[in-house]
Amino acid sequence: MSADLQTITLPTGKKLEVHTHLFINNEFVPGHGPLIETINPATEEVICAVHSADESDVNAAVEAADKCFNEVWRKVAPAEKGRLVNKLADLMERDKEELAALDALDNGKAYTVARDIDITESIGCFRYFAGWADKIHGKTIDTVADRWCYTRHEALGVVGAVIPWNYPIMMAAWKFAPALATGNCVVMKTSELTPLSMLKFAALAKEAGFPAGVVNIITGYGHTTGNFLANHKLVSKMAFTGSTGTGRKIMESSSASNLKKLQLELGGKSAQVVCADADLENAAVMACGGIFNNHGQSCNAGSRILVHSSVLDKFLELFVKATDETIILGDPFAEETYQGPQISKGQFDKILNYIKIGQEEGATLYKGGKRWGEKGYFIEPTIFINCKNNMRIMQEEIFGPVVGIATFETIDEAIAMANDSSYGLAGGVYTSSVDTAIRVSNEIKAGTVWVNTYDIFDQSTPFGGYKQSGFGKELGKYALQEYTQVKVVKFQLLNTGL
Amino acid sequence: MSLTTEFTTADGYKLTLNTGLFINNEFVEGSSTIETINPSTGQVITAVQAAEAKEVDAAVEAAHKAYYGGWKNSCPRERARLMHKLADLVERDIDELAHIETLDNGKPLKDALSFDVPGLAGQLRYFAGCTDKVHGKVIETQGKLSYTIHEPIGVCGGIIPWNFPLAMLSWKIAPALAMSNTVVIKTSELTPLSALKLGSLIVEAGFPPGVINIITGYGHVAGDLLARHMKVSKIAFTGSTAVGRLIMKAAAETNLKKVTLELGGKSPNIVFDDVENLDEAVFWSRLGIYMNAGQVCCAGSRIFVQEGIYDQFIEKFKALAASGTVGNPYDANTIQGPQISERQFERVMGYIESGKEEGATCLLGGNRVGDSGYFIEPTIFTDVTTKMKIMQEEIFGPVVAITKFKDVDEVIAMAHDTDYGLAAAVFTSSLKRAITVSNRLEAGTVWVNCYNQISENVPFGGYKQSGNGRENSVYALDNYTQIKAVKINIGL
Repeated sequence: MSADLQTITLPTGKKLEVHTHLFINNEFVPGHGPLIETINPATEEVICAVHSADESDVNAAVEAADKCFNEVWRKVAPAEKGRLVNKLADLMERDKEELAALDALDNGKAYTVARDIDITESIGCFRYFAGWADKIHGKTIDTVADRWCYTRHEALGVVGAVIPWNYPIMMAAWKFAPALATGNCVVMKTSELTPLSMLKFAALAKEAGFPAGVVNIITGYGHTTGNFLANHKLVSKMAFTGSTGTGRKIMESSSASNLKKLQLELGGKSAQVVCADADLENAAVMACGGIFNNHGQSCNAGSRILVHSSVLDKFLELFVKATDETIILGDPFAEETYQGPQISKGQFDKILNYIKIGQEEGATLYKGGKRWGEKGYFIEPTIFINCKNNMRIMQEEIFGPVVGIATFETIDEAIAMANDSSYGLAGGVYTSSVDTAIRVSNEIKAGTVWVNTYDIFDQSTPFGGYKQSGFGKELGKYALQEYTQVKVVKFQLLNTGL
Repeated sequence: MSLTTEFTTADGYKLTLNTGLFINNEFVEGSSTIETINPSTGQVITAVQAAEAKEVDAAVEAAHKAYYGGWKNSCPRERARLMHKLADLVERDIDELAHIETLDNGKPLKDALSFDVPGLAGQLRYFAGCTDKVHGKVIETQGKLSYTIHEPIGVCGGIIPWNFPLAMLSWKIAPALAMSNTVVIKTSELTPLSALKLGSLIVEAGFPPGVINIITGYGHVAGDLLARHMKVSKIAFTGSTAVGRLIMKAAAETNLKKVTLELGGKSPNIVFDDVENLDEAVFWSRLGIYMNAGQVCCAGSRIFVQEGIYDQFIEKFKALAASGTVGNPYDANTIQGPQISERQFERVMGYIESGKEEGATCLLGGNRVGDSGYFIEPTIFTDVTTKMKIMQEEIFGPVVAITKFKDVDEVIAMAHDTDYGLAAAVFTSSLKRAITVSNRLEAGTVWVNCYNQISENVPFGGYKQSGNGRENSVYALDNYTQIKAVKINIGL
């Protein structure tokens, strides 16, 4: 059986020790599921193999979390919980480079992006929620005389979390931070495609001083490990980020098991609306990032751009210019790289297939459309124009660096097109008119609407979808509701006894 | 001229004290000096620079410039980072700060170590967590986008007392800074040293110059100037009700600056005969009056005991009050240090005299302890009537008046027979009684089966002439916020 710590070598030549076992009850323990090899998508080579969790491991993790919650964690003072979360943020800050390198190696995102966006924002997320720990307030509520009523906002207990591979640490932070600050214990299943950085995080959680059982991190496949977690009767809530298809399965599992609470962050096909009065230079730059950031592997990717017909040519010219100037493909560890490879062979094939479908449907391939390089799952930034909103490439989530551009004549038409989707995660509008900005953002049926920008996140503002993009909010004060349950206590004040 | 001085405490701890005024991140000279006394010995510790008109102006100008120069629009996370950093440094230097506090104020060192200095760090951390959580509302209005923003006020003045120098400083600066105000704090001329030490840590933490300014000065000089200053947009005061009136008057006569006041108290501690554990009630009641040598605004200085347990309560309370050392604050066994100054000492002794003269029974204490320093024995008066001075006026010393009552309506009437309304306590095992009595009591804090339990996340402040506004908890942010409503017309 392989040891927990394995030495791997980064493309820079630097050697790192990585954990490969399961992290349960503050210990790294062997897993009983199959060994899973994790691949470097830039080289297609195996980095190392990690242990995965079978049903007995999932049970062990959940039971450890449950015991810890009932016997230890719920008795820890709120300010102390906040202090531990802040301490974890301090340690992530200390080991920032290592965490970023692991994400870049395992996911393929550019190291500079991992360091400056993923890890930086994750640290900010922990610090933000640390400040909430001692500010979770119930209410006192007056009803009638001789009755004393108040609410408590209590922790749920054991939270199960299943996170995707596109932002390995950040997706974990968005779940851990509010879950811990509100007093829950967590069992998190990371993606089998990107297990490494969160195992390093696990070591930091132990170093920070969290009691054993508060933080548990296990690797495994969704249909096995994830499924066991989603069906476990001691798990009070599942927080899931991933595909809509898997979201449905998790909802079914909740229904079949213990009606555990759910929070789903699913797919998207978000529209960016470029109005005739937009600052086109700004729109082009923002819209470019809006689709091509993270190699198009963002649930909120602005993968449809709806442009007013009068400014299409100018916008397109500026958009291509922005793409050429900023979307530099290359080795994730090279300083100038902005776009690395797609996460896996499976995703790579899927995206190339959508590019084929787009052409078959009659959209015009304006730029890109092919693999980049000979090794690694790199795909060129790809632009389709002359799209119709009912095309598959305009309705289905591609999750790659492929954007479909369509035109509109009136604002009403743009709004209708933007809303003509089963998804409702995000949207964008580019305009110089206050009226248009307010009207369009009011009308778009999405959980986030960006105005004159895109893909800008902040720990204080909530994120979460409308329609089949899911339900529940991450980030901001709104996230606290997802990890607490409200109990009302009503005393009848008697003349006798109590 | 040197603006530091070396001092070795009675327990051998070496201190380097700052003696300048802390303005714009620098220690500077004042227009005069004030000597600060060690109340445990009556000896001068050192002289510190005192602020008069010129220095108050300089401090306010620095705060004003810092506010409009970037602090007002500073990134919330940066403010949080600085506040956490300052808390880290306070914790690093806890021994030093606690020693300065005990030297200048006289409180037992173990209190400074377990309550005062940790309280400062705790306030900073609590409010650091608030900076990026200030939310306005979006309000549905036809044809408009209407919303509120919660903005800072500007330069906030704080005038703090001598009883908990560092803790009182933190109660003012933490919420003010969290809301991106800048501050000018006038400390008490009796206890300037610990705050000035904090000035060094403020610089080390990296706060921009002018954001926090700390000046020593007399209330009627620097305090009055601050309360009247046209560029100070808000004043927060903790101290006596008499001075609170002057501050309100000063604000009225100048720029109508916003005023919050934490004033005096004569808080009633009500012990019902159904207490589950009389020893516990006695323990808390003793803490309620003798903590900090009675120099606590919310001290439970009137105890009302239901007649059924009155005799037992008195016996146990007297025994407990008589136990415990009053003396050397560096001694681990000491539970009570000196009164803060000769003047306060005389004042408390004066009240003890008046109690005797008005016919109350001095059941315990009533005398000075030792012959140097301002130590007074824990003192109990019984056989009091509600109109006696010792039942009406705030003594601010280790003197409690205890009387008996029959029923709840009677005791609530007696409890309310005061201009004050800062705190109150109820000891009972009946939940109904606890809830209904705390509902009826006119006080900003009501403790049930405990006393003097204060935390940074629960609001604290007075009813009636004990003041207005709340400190601690998110409620405190209201004191440092002004609300702007914006309505955007959507034309089309």
